[in-house]
Amino acid sequence: MAIEVRIPTILRTYTDGQKAVEGNGETLAELFADLEARHPGIQARIVDGDQLRRFVNVYLNDEDVRFLDGISTKLADGDNVTILPAVAGGMA
Amino acid sequence: MLTITQSLYDQIVAHAREDHPDEACGVVAGPVGAGRPERFIPMLNAARSPTFYEFDSQDLLKLYREMDDRDEEPVIIYHSHTATEAYPSRTDISYANEPGAHYVLVSTADTDGAGEFQFRSFRIVEGEVTEEEVKVVEAY
Repeated sequence: MAIEVRIPTILRTYTDGQKAVEGNGETLAELFADLEARHPGIQARIVDGDQLRRFVNVYLNDEDVRFLDGISTKLADGDNVTILPAVAGGMA
Repeated sequence: MLTITQSLYDQIVAHAREDHPDEACGVVAGPVGAGRPERFIPMLNAARSPTFYEFDSQDLLKLYREMDDRDEEPVIIYHSHTATEAYPSRTDISYANEPGAHYVLVSTADTDGAGEFQFRSFRIVEGEVTEEEVKVVEAY
């Protein structure tokens, strides 16, 4: 089951500069574990414990997975996953 | 050093003033690798807060898709501080994820009589902040 994963600039150090990589998994959690096997270190930048990091946005076919099932969101062959760090900050 | 046109500078300042007392935020995109800010893209502060900003997640996706299609990158990521100086806060530093970008901070605190308007630019790389000179030009 091939899933295309688009990697943001900040995480391309883990993918040898590649903008997109392929991965496998029945769910997002499995997909990130699969990516970790080939790109060590990347998982911890996306996942914190058993949840997505608060300031990392993950989209499945253009939909923010927070409005789906988060890290348990089910995947199907040919899906596209995009990872984008939030652009956020402020004086607080 | 950040080199920026007077027109883009004015647009950033106008956006910050307009959204005061909330923090304003946005991007100036430019051709990949050129380091030249060109396309002004004001963003909605989804947090609508005087002390925090965050791009809306759908807007963020659309923005990055669009930049990707146009071979652009975020050359400037700007936001305003409404009651404090134009210097990256701890929050700004921990969420700074574009080591190639110029982080522009403007302070609209002057509208509260707290001093002069400030427009400053920084690099934020792996938690380290370096201020840089801002050069305003008529055109590139």
